[in-house]
Amino acid sequence: MEISNAKQEINITPELQARIDELLSHYPADKKKSALLPVLHEVQDAHDNWLSVPLQDKVAEILEIKPIEVYEVVTFYTMYNQRPIGNYMFEFCRTSCCCLRGAEDLMEYTCEKLGIKEGETTPDGKFTVVGVECLGACGYAPMLQIGDYYKEHLTKEKIDQLIEECKAGQVNLH
Amino acid sequence: MGRKILLEHANVPGIKSYEVYRKMGGYASVEKALKSMTPDEVVEQVKTSGLRGRGGAGFPTGLKWSFIDKKSGNPRHLVCNADESEPGTFKDRYLMEYIPHLLIEGMITSSYALGCNLSYIYIRGEYMWVFRILEQAIKEAYANGWLGKNIMGTGWDLDLYVHCGAGAYICGEETALIESLEGKRGNPRIKPPFPAVKGLWQEPTVVNNVESIAAVPWIVNNGGEEYAKIGIGRSTGTKLISASGHCKNPGVYEIELGLSVDEFMNSDEYLGGMMDDRPLKALVPGGSSVPILPANLIFKTTEGNDRLMTYESLSEGGFESGSMLGSGGFIVYNDTSCIVRNTWNFSRFYHHESCGQCSPCREGTGWLEKVLHRIETGEGREEDIELLWDIQRKIEGNTICPLGDAAAWPVAAAIRHFREEFEYHVRFPEKIKNRDHYVNEPFEKVRHLVTKQTV
Repeated sequence: MEISNAKQEINITPELQARIDELLSHYPADKKKSALLPVLHEVQDAHDNWLSVPLQDKVAEILEIKPIEVYEVVTFYTMYNQRPIGNYMFEFCRTSCCCLRGAEDLMEYTCEKLGIKEGETTPDGKFTVVGVECLGACGYAPMLQIGDYYKEHLTKEKIDQLIEECKAGQVNLH
Repeated sequence: MGRKILLEHANVPGIKSYEVYRKMGGYASVEKALKSMTPDEVVEQVKTSGLRGRGGAGFPTGLKWSFIDKKSGNPRHLVCNADESEPGTFKDRYLMEYIPHLLIEGMITSSYALGCNLSYIYIRGEYMWVFRILEQAIKEAYANGWLGKNIMGTGWDLDLYVHCGAGAYICGEETALIESLEGKRGNPRIKPPFPAVKGLWQEPTVVNNVESIAAVPWIVNNGGEEYAKIGIGRSTGTKLISASGHCKNPGVYEIELGLSVDEFMNSDEYLGGMMDDRPLKALVPGGSSVPILPANLIFKTTEGNDRLMTYESLSEGGFESGSMLGSGGFIVYNDTSCIVRNTWNFSRFYHHESCGQCSPCREGTGWLEKVLHRIETGEGREEDIELLWDIQRKIEGNTICPLGDAAAWPVAAAIRHFREEFEYHVRFPEKIKNRDHYVNEPFEKVRHLVTKQTV
């Protein structure tokens, strides 16, 4: 994923700090680095679902590790976003089992409906559509992930409905 | 009706909660083990059971446990591999989502057997809602004295936590998983040393799949011998199968090992036959990494034996005419599916998921994807088929971890059993331009074109 230089306001709220402290308590005191992946998830969730370089530096400071140790992890794992993304990111599983049940058609339908290509975000910043690899929902295909949740057994009608619900702010991400 | 061990109570209302789980007999294995068995006795029961690793490799769990270094006195860890990412596999998720306390109970009993005081469940980051279900279950287990200090007054302490990944198939490989749990990129380690000696934070560690650990409570409660009575030969016990693709009833099923593939595929208790009653064309029985089987090798082996859902029967005939039980990801293909397209799709997956450490895999998976893509889109050349064969052969066995093999095998099997389809793609590019090219004209209807040209 392309790195973005867009400005991001960094705000480690007391709630976020408390959650980070809780995660840190899961590992021996001298193994703070082990908490890196879960901490990055929490920090990303609290920052519009992406991690700017300054925010990654902040995480390094919190965990008392070098910034490069955070960068190499963020660039390796696909769930960390290095650029701003839409409020609602539709992540379609496009691995074989889902394709057998029409995942490609459905992703194209969604892109057309939103007027974007796969990998793009709508100009209003609301929606992003991406194809991802197997999400472990093969028997409930086609499906997509949105935030922390899966939407399964999808049809065009269900996509229409989901888009409407997102527009109305009725979809929980976390 | 097959016997249920793991999912017996999965449909009991409220089974996700501690109270209901406990009322149904939950945590009995912890009581039994801690009160009346030594850790080594638990290990012995698991050895006797014949339980084999359910993540895909099928290595005997008890034997793996016996390798853990107890002599050095270093802290030991049990890490549950819940990084389920093998295409076609979604069984662990089902188990954790519907009956989370079974995994927690298994983790406690197994940690006792291994003498661990700090254990983890490593779950893939995409299963975030399951992560929260497990966090809740662990909280309840702490509140009821099954975790923490001095469990049941025995003086044994155990802390258990869930740790989430962030989207990397490779972290399902045990040493990559350990790296990831240490907060690093998921690069597999060179073995030896094995995790049983130097694992998490260089301390002795056992990594086991969710389903393997979830089988432990039943084994401890009923004895390893009872478990070994289920199944056939060295395939003992029950197995969760995740079925997807063109079957009538996709989903997760618990089967007794030894059930015939025919019954699993066609009886109404299981998959109920094919969706829309179209012909069965191929089967991937154990997740995307295992060889694909053509229709004539699915229900019978070349020896004429019934093909059974066991480690041995599914691999009968080796890679020439068999496959593997693997993770139990059972992917069904009907006559509208294109084997070339499916193979390209799998290759894209492995290219995407290669960690990049070993050049045969990093470069080779990219080449496989590229060459398969051009064949699938009508840009292929006759010599590409040999090229694919050559690339996969050079990846297999030449990498640190099995991802290289997993990328190579599906390509080899597709060429071995469906070579004519590759030739058709190369020779009749105008016929395969549309990605649904076999929907209106299944390959069986055009096969004669290829045969004619070959002669």
